[in-house]
Amino acid sequence: MSGIRVLVGTRKGAFILTADGKRQQWNVSGPHFGGWEMYHLKGSPVNPNRIYASQSSGWFGQVVHRSDDGGKTWATVGNEFVYDGVAGTHQWYDGTPHPWEFKRVWHFEPSLTDADTVYAGVEDAALFRSTDGGQTWQELSGLRGHGTGPEWQPGAGGMCLHTILLDPSNPQRIFVAISAAGAFRTDDGGKTWRAINQGLRSDYIPDPNAEVGHCVHRLALHPSRPQVLFMQKHWDVMRSDDAGESWYEISGNLPSDFGFVVDVHAHEPETVYVLPIKSDSEHYPPEGKLRVYRSRTGGNEWEALTKGLPQQDCYVNVLRDAMAVDSLDPCGVYFGTTGGQVYVSADGGDNWQAIVSNLPAVLSVEVQTLP
Amino acid sequence: MIRVVIPYHLRTLAGVSGEVTLAVSAPVTVRAVLDALETRYPVLRGTIRDHVTQERRPFLRFFACGQDLSHESPDMPLPDTVVAGTDPFYVIGAIAGG
Repeated sequence: MSGIRVLVGTRKGAFILTADGKRQQWNVSGPHFGGWEMYHLKGSPVNPNRIYASQSSGWFGQVVHRSDDGGKTWATVGNEFVYDGVAGTHQWYDGTPHPWEFKRVWHFEPSLTDADTVYAGVEDAALFRSTDGGQTWQELSGLRGHGTGPEWQPGAGGMCLHTILLDPSNPQRIFVAISAAGAFRTDDGGKTWRAINQGLRSDYIPDPNAEVGHCVHRLALHPSRPQVLFMQKHWDVMRSDDAGESWYEISGNLPSDFGFVVDVHAHEPETVYVLPIKSDSEHYPPEGKLRVYRSRTGGNEWEALTKGLPQQDCYVNVLRDAMAVDSLDPCGVYFGTTGGQVYVSADGGDNWQAIVSNLPAVLSVEVQTLP
Repeated sequence: MIRVVIPYHLRTLAGVSGEVTLAVSAPVTVRAVLDALETRYPVLRGTIRDHVTQERRPFLRFFACGQDLSHESPDMPLPDTVVAGTDPFYVIGAIAGG
């Protein structure tokens, strides 16, 4: 029977949750790297036992760990992330130039075809790649250098490159998203990049229709249709049908279109999940009710999914890398909260249960569907 | 032998308990001690000093014999009692809750 492995990064360590394909009984392993901020862990689709983990600390900086046995044992790999050439400056919060300074890895995206190749999205925003299993890292500096880099500015959470989507139909195409710069695309394997933010409107920045400066929180795509992108922006849920060339809003009847996560059902490309948060000033769910919203129409028409989720006095947040889906049938949906809960729905969102309830604040959730 | 005390998380990372003892050739300086520490435990590279600039990470400080050496030149010789192994060289992290 198939198995599930959920990789959970938290403020104080990593946890690995495992179950069989029924997804009812769970084993919890951890904390791994206890006391460290674990921004993200992700397994290779080529070799699921190869897992990359981002371990960081305000005291001791960045450490990268790699497991080759599914998270049972770990070894450190390279932690030297050096910007290519002269790092230059981006804008600081007050609009003054500020030197690019590496702070941490927010997201690892292992290659779809090679277990030793992995991309790292970092703060201050840049994209790095390793082709030797994480031992050494090289910046794909065409992203920062494509022209708008000096205009990028951090959001309150830092100027992070948090989303990396590899196009399964075109190995030369990669999408990334940066807070608070926007979405970007390469069509030549990372050499050259351009902003893909046409149609985004952010009324809270000086030029609401600017080429860059939009606080994109998350992008998602379905592998069968990678030209269709879904976006949870700071405010607004957006969709592109042309690989980011243009965007249109699909917030529809959501109770709030602010939020962080967005994901797509594993078998239904038009079924999309978001988790509305009340506002950017109040980072908790509207009305104290934790509700995932599902659209089966690719947006605009949303239904609340509440069974098994707290419907009163709930004031947690769900951060941008903390939702994932498995590829079983029916599709499993997972998310983690800043209150330390990780929830699973084994039926596409209709019913939910808490796998764990008292972890440290959850930063990321990734799911591996094992043979 | 030079005695070095590092914070809990770095001991865990390096897989050691208690003090670390290192053979360091003269002149024994902060730079020489950290070079020797990182040679013995490569996993610590980047966790105490920046990879490129070699600057001390902001939340860490260096002490020996009750003196704060954090702002001294990394090439200044360490006190004789550290060189003699009587007193340890400390890498200390800022105190924090949460």
